[in-house]
Amino acid sequence: MASLRDIKNRITSTKKTSQITRAMQMVSASKLNRAELNAKAFVPYMEKIQEVVASIAAGSNDTSHAMMTTRPVQKTAYLVITSDRGLVGGYNSNILRTVMSKIRQRHTSNDEFVILSIGRKGRDFFAKQGMTILDSAIALPDHPSFADIKEITRKAVGMFSDGTYDEVYMYYNHFVSAIQQEVTEKKVLPLTDIETTGSTASYEFDPSAEAILEVLLPQYAESLIFGAVLDGKASEHAASMTAMKSATDNASELIDGLTLSYNRARQAAITQEITEIVGGAAALE
Amino acid sequence: MKTITVNIVTPDGPVYDSEVSMVIAVTATGEMGILPGHIPTVAPLGIGAVRLKKENSTELAAVSGGFLEVRPDKVTILAQSAELATDIDLARAQESARRAEAMLQANKGEVDFQRAELALRRAKNRINVYEGNI
Repeated sequence: MASLRDIKNRITSTKKTSQITRAMQMVSASKLNRAELNAKAFVPYMEKIQEVVASIAAGSNDTSHAMMTTRPVQKTAYLVITSDRGLVGGYNSNILRTVMSKIRQRHTSNDEFVILSIGRKGRDFFAKQGMTILDSAIALPDHPSFADIKEITRKAVGMFSDGTYDEVYMYYNHFVSAIQQEVTEKKVLPLTDIETTGSTASYEFDPSAEAILEVLLPQYAESLIFGAVLDGKASEHAASMTAMKSATDNASELIDGLTLSYNRARQAAITQEITEIVGGAAALE
Repeated sequence: MKTITVNIVTPDGPVYDSEVSMVIAVTATGEMGILPGHIPTVAPLGIGAVRLKKENSTELAAVSGGFLEVRPDKVTILAQSAELATDIDLARAQESARRAEAMLQANKGEVDFQRAELALRRAKNRINVYEGNI
Protein backbone atom coordinates (compact mmCIF):
# COMPACT_ATOMS: atom_id res chain seq x y z
CA MET A 1 0.00 0.00 0.00
CA ALA A 2 1.22 3.47 -0.90
CA SER A 3 2.39 5.53 2.02
CA LEU A 4 0.43 8.48 3.32
CA ARG A 5 2.91 10.94 1.90
CA ASP A 6 2.81 9.37 -1.58
CA ILE A 7 -0.94 9.61 -1.71
CA LYS A 8 -0.88 13.18 -0.45
CA ASN A 9 1.59 14.10 -3.21
CA ARG A 10 -0.56 12.55 -5.89
CA ILE A 11 -3.62 14.40 -4.63
CA THR A 12 -1.81 17.74 -4.71
CA SER A 13 -0.44 17.24 -8.20
CA THR A 14 -3.78 16.06 -9.60
CA LYS A 15 -5.44 19.09 -8.02
CA LYS A 16 -2.97 21.39 -9.73
CA THR A 17 -3.55 19.70 -13.09
CA SER A 18 -7.28 20.07 -12.69
CA GLN A 19 -6.87 23.76 -11.94
CA ILE A 20 -5.00 24.17 -15.20
CA THR A 21 -7.50 22.19 -17.25
CA ARG A 22 -10.36 24.12 -15.67
CA ALA A 23 -8.73 27.40 -16.61
CA MET A 24 -8.16 26.13 -20.16
CA GLN A 25 -11.79 25.10 -20.36
CA MET A 26 -12.92 28.59 -19.43
CA VAL A 27 -10.53 30.19 -21.92
CA SER A 28 -11.86 27.93 -24.66
CA ALA A 29 -15.42 28.73 -23.69
CA SER A 30 -14.86 32.45 -24.12
CA LYS A 31 -12.97 31.89 -27.37
CA LEU A 32 -15.86 29.79 -28.59
CA ASN A 33 -18.21 32.71 -27.97
CA ARG A 34 -16.03 35.01 -30.04
CA ALA A 35 -15.67 32.42 -32.78
CA GLU A 36 -19.42 32.01 -33.02
CA LEU A 37 -19.85 35.77 -33.32
CA ASN A 38 -17.21 35.87 -36.08
CA ALA A 39 -18.94 33.10 -37.95
CA LYS A 40 -22.19 35.01 -37.63
CA ALA A 41 -20.63 38.23 -38.92
CA PHE A 42 -19.54 36.38 -42.03
CA VAL A 43 -23.01 35.08 -42.89
CA PRO A 44 -24.39 38.23 -44.60
CA TYR A 45 -21.35 38.40 -46.89
CA MET A 46 -21.62 34.75 -47.85
CA GLU A 47 -25.36 34.94 -48.43
CA LYS A 48 -25.06 37.97 -50.65
CA ILE A 49 -22.24 36.59 -52.74
CA GLN A 50 -24.12 33.31 -53.14
CA GLU A 51 -27.21 35.17 -54.25
CA VAL A 52 -25.38 37.15 -56.91
CA VAL A 53 -23.45 34.13 -58.19
CA ALA A 54 -26.67 32.14 -58.36
CA SER A 55 -28.51 34.86 -60.22
CA ILE A 56 -25.75 35.23 -62.78
CA ALA A 57 -25.54 31.48 -63.21
CA ALA A 58 -29.32 31.23 -63.58
CA GLY A 59 -29.76 34.32 -65.73
CA SER A 60 -27.33 33.36 -68.45
CA ASN A 61 -27.03 29.71 -69.30
CA ASP A 62 -24.44 30.27 -71.99
CA THR A 63 -21.96 31.93 -69.66
CA SER A 64 -19.38 29.41 -68.71
CA HIS A 65 -16.23 30.00 -66.79
CA ALA A 66 -13.17 27.83 -66.32
CA MET A 67 -13.96 27.63 -62.61
CA MET A 68 -17.45 26.26 -63.26
CA THR A 69 -16.60 23.56 -65.76
CA THR A 70 -15.52 20.09 -64.77
CA ARG A 71 -12.43 18.90 -66.54
CA PRO A 72 -10.75 15.49 -66.64
CA VAL A 73 -9.12 15.02 -63.27
CA GLN A 74 -5.41 14.32 -63.27
CA LYS A 75 -4.63 15.75 -59.91
CA THR A 76 -6.78 16.40 -56.90
CA ALA A 77 -6.07 18.84 -54.12
CA TYR A 78 -7.18 18.23 -50.56
CA LEU A 79 -7.50 21.29 -48.40
CA VAL A 80 -7.46 20.15 -44.81
CA ILE A 81 -8.27 22.45 -41.93
CA THR A 82 -6.85 21.33 -38.60
CA SER A 83 -5.67 23.06 -35.46
CA ASP A 84 -2.16 24.16 -34.57
CA ARG A 85 -2.04 22.54 -31.17
CA GLY A 86 -3.31 19.43 -29.47
CA LEU A 87 -5.46 19.19 -26.34
CA VAL A 88 -8.54 19.33 -28.50
CA GLY A 89 -9.86 15.79 -28.05
CA GLY A 90 -10.67 14.01 -31.27
CA TYR A 91 -10.76 17.19 -33.34
CA ASN A 92 -7.66 16.52 -35.43
CA SER A 93 -7.66 12.74 -35.45
CA ASN A 94 -11.25 12.56 -36.72
CA ILE A 95 -10.53 14.81 -39.64
CA LEU A 96 -7.21 13.20 -40.54
CA ARG A 97 -8.74 9.73 -40.40
CA THR A 98 -11.53 10.77 -42.76
CA VAL A 99 -9.11 12.36 -45.21
CA MET A 100 -6.83 9.33 -45.18
CA SER A 101 -9.67 6.89 -45.84
CA LYS A 102 -10.97 9.06 -48.70
CA ILE A 103 -7.52 9.29 -50.20
CA ARG A 104 -7.05 5.52 -49.99
CA GLN A 105 -10.41 5.00 -51.66
CA ARG A 106 -9.76 7.35 -54.51
CA HIS A 107 -6.05 7.08 -55.21
CA THR A 108 -3.46 4.42 -55.61
CA SER A 109 -0.33 6.54 -55.64
CA ASN A 110 0.86 9.69 -53.92
CA ASP A 111 1.38 11.41 -57.30
CA GLU A 112 -2.34 11.70 -57.93
CA PHE A 113 -3.05 14.28 -55.31
CA VAL A 114 -1.60 17.14 -53.32
CA ILE A 115 -2.32 18.50 -49.88
CA LEU A 116 -3.01 22.06 -48.86
CA SER A 117 -2.95 22.37 -45.13
CA ILE A 118 -4.33 24.99 -42.81
CA GLY A 119 -3.07 24.14 -39.34
CA ARG A 120 0.18 22.66 -38.04
CA LYS A 121 -1.22 19.25 -37.02
CA GLY A 122 -2.39 18.47 -40.53
CA ARG A 123 0.83 19.62 -42.11
CA ASP A 124 2.97 17.49 -39.80
CA PHE A 125 0.76 14.47 -40.28
CA PHE A 126 0.79 14.53 -44.07
CA ALA A 127 4.48 15.29 -44.18
CA LYS A 128 5.10 12.18 -42.09
CA GLN A 129 3.02 10.16 -44.55
CA GLY A 130 5.30 11.34 -47.32
CA MET A 131 2.60 13.20 -49.21
CA THR A 132 3.13 16.33 -51.26
CA ILE A 133 2.19 19.45 -49.37
CA LEU A 134 1.89 22.28 -51.84
CA ASP A 135 1.19 24.97 -49.32
CA SER A 136 0.33 25.39 -45.70
CA ALA A 137 -0.79 28.13 -43.37
CA ILE A 138 0.12 27.70 -39.75
CA ALA A 139 -0.09 29.76 -36.59
CA LEU A 140 -3.37 31.39 -37.51
CA PRO A 141 -4.75 33.61 -34.77
CA ASP A 142 -7.65 32.28 -32.71
CA HIS A 143 -9.99 34.62 -34.48
CA PRO A 144 -8.70 34.83 -38.02
CA SER A 145 -9.71 37.75 -40.20
CA PHE A 146 -9.96 37.44 -43.94
CA ALA A 147 -6.56 39.06 -44.37
CA ASP A 148 -4.95 36.24 -42.34
CA ILE A 149 -5.93 33.50 -44.75
CA LYS A 150 -6.05 35.53 -47.98
CA GLU A 151 -2.61 34.24 -48.94
CA ILE A 152 -3.48 30.55 -48.92
CA THR A 153 -6.97 30.93 -50.37
CA ARG A 154 -5.61 32.98 -53.25
CA LYS A 155 -2.97 30.33 -53.93
CA ALA A 156 -5.49 27.50 -53.64
CA VAL A 157 -7.79 29.13 -56.16
CA GLY A 158 -4.92 30.33 -58.36
CA MET A 159 -3.37 26.87 -58.68
CA PHE A 160 -6.71 25.50 -59.79
CA SER A 161 -6.94 28.20 -62.46
CA ASP A 162 -3.45 27.56 -63.80
CA GLY A 163 -4.04 23.81 -63.97
CA THR A 164 -1.81 22.58 -61.16
CA TYR A 165 -4.77 20.48 -60.08
CA ASP A 166 -8.23 19.88 -61.46
CA GLU A 167 -10.43 19.69 -58.41
CA VAL A 168 -10.32 20.81 -54.81
CA TYR A 169 -11.92 19.09 -51.85
CA MET A 170 -12.03 20.74 -48.48
CA TYR A 171 -12.22 19.01 -45.11
CA TYR A 172 -13.13 20.72 -41.89
CA ASN A 173 -15.03 20.18 -38.68
CA HIS A 174 -18.47 21.67 -38.96
CA PHE A 175 -19.68 23.23 -35.72
CA VAL A 176 -23.00 21.67 -34.76
CA SER A 177 -23.03 22.43 -31.06
CA ALA A 178 -20.56 22.86 -28.22
CA ILE A 179 -20.39 19.09 -27.78
CA GLN A 180 -20.81 17.99 -31.38
CA GLN A 181 -18.65 18.66 -34.40
CA GLU A 182 -18.99 16.92 -37.72
CA VAL A 183 -16.24 16.21 -40.19
CA THR A 184 -17.45 17.72 -43.42
CA GLU A 185 -16.26 17.22 -46.96
CA LYS A 186 -16.96 19.95 -49.46
CA LYS A 187 -16.04 20.24 -53.09
CA VAL A 188 -14.79 23.78 -53.56
CA LEU A 189 -13.68 23.73 -57.16
CA PRO A 190 -14.91 23.43 -59.83
CA LEU A 191 -18.01 25.25 -58.69
CA THR A 192 -20.63 22.91 -60.06
CA ASP A 193 -23.32 22.93 -57.44
CA ILE A 194 -24.25 26.56 -57.21
CA GLU A 195 -27.75 26.65 -55.83
CA THR A 196 -30.08 28.71 -57.93
CA THR A 197 -32.50 30.36 -55.57
CA GLY A 198 -36.05 31.03 -56.63
CA SER A 199 -36.09 34.80 -56.30
CA THR A 200 -33.45 35.89 -58.72
CA ALA A 201 -33.43 39.47 -59.85
CA SER A 202 -32.24 40.01 -63.38
CA TYR A 203 -29.26 42.29 -63.44
CA GLU A 204 -27.51 44.53 -65.88
CA PHE A 205 -23.88 43.56 -66.03
CA ASP A 206 -21.26 46.20 -66.35
CA PRO A 207 -19.21 45.51 -68.46
CA SER A 208 -20.37 41.91 -69.06
CA ALA A 209 -21.46 38.78 -67.22
CA GLU A 210 -18.16 37.09 -68.10
CA ALA A 211 -16.12 39.95 -66.67
CA ILE A 212 -18.15 39.82 -63.48
CA LEU A 213 -17.68 36.08 -63.14
CA GLU A 214 -13.97 36.64 -63.58
CA VAL A 215 -13.96 38.71 -60.39
CA LEU A 216 -16.78 37.02 -58.58
CA LEU A 217 -15.96 33.32 -58.81
CA PRO A 218 -12.47 33.45 -57.27
CA GLN A 219 -13.90 35.65 -54.55
CA TYR A 220 -16.73 33.18 -54.04
CA ALA A 221 -14.38 30.21 -53.81
CA GLU A 222 -12.14 32.08 -51.41
CA SER A 223 -15.08 32.95 -49.21
CA LEU A 224 -16.14 29.30 -49.13
CA ILE A 225 -12.72 28.48 -47.72
CA PHE A 226 -12.81 31.37 -45.27
CA GLY A 227 -16.24 30.25 -44.09
CA ALA A 228 -14.86 26.78 -43.46
CA VAL A 229 -11.91 28.19 -41.52
CA LEU A 230 -14.27 30.17 -39.27
CA ASP A 231 -16.47 27.12 -38.83
CA GLY A 232 -13.39 25.00 -38.08
CA LYS A 233 -12.15 27.51 -35.50
CA ALA A 234 -15.47 27.47 -33.70
CA SER A 235 -15.31 23.66 -33.68
CA GLU A 236 -11.72 23.75 -32.47
CA HIS A 237 -12.59 25.91 -29.46
CA ALA A 238 -15.65 23.79 -28.75
CA ALA A 239 -13.63 20.56 -28.97
CA SER A 240 -10.95 22.02 -26.75
CA MET A 241 -13.55 23.11 -24.24
CA THR A 242 -15.14 19.65 -24.14
CA ALA A 243 -11.77 17.92 -23.88
CA MET A 244 -10.70 20.16 -21.01
CA LYS A 245 -14.03 19.69 -19.28
CA SER A 246 -13.70 15.91 -19.33
CA ALA A 247 -10.08 16.23 -18.18
CA THR A 248 -11.26 18.30 -15.22
CA ASP A 249 -14.01 15.80 -14.46
CA ASN A 250 -11.57 12.91 -14.61
CA ALA A 251 -9.19 14.74 -12.32
CA SER A 252 -11.84 15.33 -9.68
CA GLU A 253 -12.89 11.69 -9.90
CA LEU A 254 -9.29 10.67 -9.39
CA ILE A 255 -8.97 13.04 -6.44
CA ASP A 256 -12.08 11.53 -4.85
CA GLY A 257 -10.62 8.04 -5.17
CA LEU A 258 -7.26 9.13 -3.83
CA THR A 259 -8.82 10.96 -0.89
CA LEU A 260 -10.68 7.79 0.00
CA SER A 261 -7.53 5.69 0.02
CA TYR A 262 -5.69 8.46 1.88
CA ASN A 263 -8.30 8.36 4.65
CA ARG A 264 -8.19 4.58 4.72
CA ALA A 265 -4.44 4.57 5.03
CA ARG A 266 -4.60 7.18 7.78
CA GLN A 267 -7.23 5.16 9.64
CA ALA A 268 -5.14 2.01 9.25
CA ALA A 269 -2.11 3.80 10.70
CA ILE A 270 -4.12 5.03 13.69
CA THR A 271 -5.61 1.60 14.29
CA GLN A 272 -2.17 0.07 14.17
CA GLU A 273 -0.82 2.62 16.63
CA ILE A 274 -3.65 1.93 19.08
CA THR A 275 -3.11 -1.82 18.75
CA GLU A 276 0.57 -1.30 19.52
CA ILE A 277 -0.16 0.84 22.57
CA VAL A 278 -2.76 -1.62 23.87
CA GLY A 279 -0.38 -4.51 23.20
CA GLY A 280 2.46 -2.66 24.98
CA ALA A 281 0.24 -1.90 28.00
CA ALA A 282 -0.93 -5.52 28.18
CA ALA A 283 2.67 -6.71 28.17
CA LEU A 284 3.44 -4.52 31.21
CA GLU A 285 0.71 -6.04 33.39
CA MET B 1 -35.50 63.69 -50.80
CA LYS B 2 -35.37 60.10 -51.99
CA THR B 3 -32.80 57.88 -50.40
CA ILE B 4 -31.26 54.50 -51.04
CA THR B 5 -29.97 51.98 -48.50
CA VAL B 6 -26.27 51.22 -48.68
CA ASN B 7 -24.68 48.16 -47.16
CA ILE B 8 -20.95 47.56 -47.18
CA VAL B 9 -20.19 43.97 -46.25
CA THR B 10 -16.82 42.26 -45.85
CA PRO B 11 -15.92 38.71 -44.80
CA ASP B 12 -15.09 40.12 -41.36
CA GLY B 13 -18.57 41.54 -40.93
CA PRO B 14 -20.74 44.47 -41.99
CA VAL B 15 -18.95 47.83 -42.17
CA TYR B 16 -21.65 50.27 -43.12
CA ASP B 17 -25.41 50.36 -43.22
CA SER B 18 -27.26 53.59 -43.80
CA GLU B 19 -29.57 55.63 -46.02
CA VAL B 20 -27.86 57.94 -48.48
CA SER B 21 -29.00 60.03 -51.40
CA MET B 22 -26.23 59.08 -53.80
CA VAL B 23 -23.40 56.57 -54.07
CA ILE B 24 -20.35 57.10 -56.25
CA ALA B 25 -18.00 54.15 -56.69
CA VAL B 26 -15.01 53.33 -58.85
CA THR B 27 -15.87 50.30 -60.96
CA ALA B 28 -13.67 48.44 -63.41
CA THR B 29 -14.99 50.53 -66.29
CA GLY B 30 -14.91 53.91 -64.57
CA GLU B 31 -16.73 55.95 -62.00
CA MET B 32 -20.35 55.11 -61.45
CA GLY B 33 -22.93 57.23 -59.69
CA ILE B 34 -26.01 55.57 -58.31
CA LEU B 35 -29.21 57.37 -57.40
CA PRO B 36 -32.34 55.83 -55.87
CA GLY B 37 -34.32 53.83 -58.43
CA HIS B 38 -31.30 52.61 -60.37
CA ILE B 39 -31.77 49.59 -62.64
CA PRO B 40 -30.51 46.33 -61.02
CA THR B 41 -26.82 46.13 -61.85
CA VAL B 42 -23.74 44.19 -60.90
CA ALA B 43 -20.27 45.67 -61.47
CA PRO B 44 -16.80 44.75 -60.26
CA LEU B 45 -15.01 47.32 -58.13
CA GLY B 46 -11.43 48.41 -58.36
CA ILE B 47 -9.23 49.75 -55.59
CA GLY B 48 -10.74 53.09 -54.80
CA ALA B 49 -12.94 55.27 -52.71
CA VAL B 50 -16.68 54.99 -52.36
CA ARG B 51 -18.42 58.29 -51.77
CA LEU B 52 -21.64 58.13 -49.81
CA LYS B 53 -23.53 61.38 -50.26
CA LYS B 54 -26.11 62.35 -47.71
CA GLU B 55 -28.21 65.49 -47.71
CA ASN B 56 -25.49 67.81 -46.56
CA SER B 57 -22.50 65.63 -45.83
CA THR B 58 -20.37 63.09 -47.64
CA GLU B 59 -18.84 60.00 -46.12
CA LEU B 60 -15.89 58.21 -47.63
CA ALA B 61 -14.89 54.55 -47.53
CA ALA B 62 -11.77 52.87 -48.84
CA VAL B 63 -12.67 49.69 -50.69
CA SER B 64 -10.47 47.14 -52.40
CA GLY B 65 -11.51 44.20 -54.49
CA GLY B 66 -15.06 43.03 -54.75
CA PHE B 67 -18.18 44.12 -56.48
CA LEU B 68 -21.26 46.25 -56.29
CA GLU B 69 -24.80 45.03 -56.45
CA VAL B 70 -27.48 47.60 -57.19
CA ARG B 71 -31.21 47.26 -56.77
CA PRO B 72 -33.74 50.06 -57.09
CA ASP B 73 -33.90 50.59 -53.32
CA LYS B 74 -30.64 49.10 -52.16
CA VAL B 75 -26.94 49.07 -52.90
CA THR B 76 -24.73 46.31 -51.55
CA ILE B 77 -20.98 46.55 -51.76
CA LEU B 78 -19.22 43.23 -51.23
CA ALA B 79 -15.53 43.81 -50.76
CA GLN B 80 -12.66 41.76 -49.42
CA SER B 81 -11.71 44.73 -47.34
CA ALA B 82 -13.47 48.00 -46.67
CA GLU B 83 -12.97 50.75 -44.13
CA LEU B 84 -14.75 53.98 -43.44
CA ALA B 85 -12.52 57.05 -43.43
CA THR B 86 -13.00 57.37 -39.68
CA ASP B 87 -11.87 53.77 -39.06
CA ILE B 88 -8.67 53.94 -41.06
CA ASP B 89 -5.44 53.48 -39.16
CA LEU B 90 -3.29 56.10 -40.84
CA ALA B 91 -0.02 54.95 -39.32
CA ARG B 92 -0.59 51.41 -40.54
CA ALA B 93 -1.49 52.56 -44.04
CA GLN B 94 1.64 54.71 -44.22
CA GLU B 95 3.74 51.85 -42.93
CA SER B 96 2.42 49.44 -45.58
CA ALA B 97 2.90 52.08 -48.28
CA ARG B 98 6.54 52.38 -47.21
CA ARG B 99 6.96 48.62 -47.20
CA ALA B 100 5.42 48.30 -50.66
CA GLU B 101 7.68 51.05 -52.00
CA ALA B 102 10.72 49.30 -50.57
CA MET B 103 9.60 46.07 -52.27
CA LEU B 104 9.20 47.92 -55.57
CA GLN B 105 12.71 49.30 -55.24
CA ALA B 106 14.14 45.87 -54.44
CA ASN B 107 12.38 44.53 -57.56
CA LYS B 108 12.31 40.79 -56.96
CA GLY B 109 10.64 39.17 -59.93
CA GLU B 110 7.35 39.67 -61.73
CA VAL B 111 4.91 38.31 -59.13
CA ASP B 112 6.37 40.21 -56.19
CA PHE B 113 6.40 43.35 -58.25
CA GLN B 114 2.71 43.07 -59.06
CA ARG B 115 1.85 42.33 -55.48
CA ALA B 116 3.85 45.24 -54.18
CA GLU B 117 2.22 47.51 -56.70
CA LEU B 118 -1.24 46.42 -55.61
CA ALA B 119 -0.30 46.80 -51.96
CA LEU B 120 0.96 50.30 -52.66
CA ARG B 121 -2.25 51.25 -54.44
CA ARG B 122 -4.34 49.94 -51.55
CA ALA B 123 -2.25 51.80 -49.00
CA LYS B 124 -2.34 55.05 -51.04
CA ASN B 125 -6.09 54.65 -51.41
CA ARG B 126 -6.45 54.38 -47.62
CA ILE B 127 -4.30 57.42 -47.03
CA ASN B 128 -6.25 59.45 -49.60
CA VAL B 129 -9.57 58.45 -48.15
CA TYR B 130 -8.37 59.26 -44.64
CA GLU B 131 -7.24 62.68 -45.70
CA GLY B 132 -10.39 63.18 -47.76
CA ASN B 133 -8.57 64.24 -50.93
CA ILE B 134 -10.40 62.34 -53.63
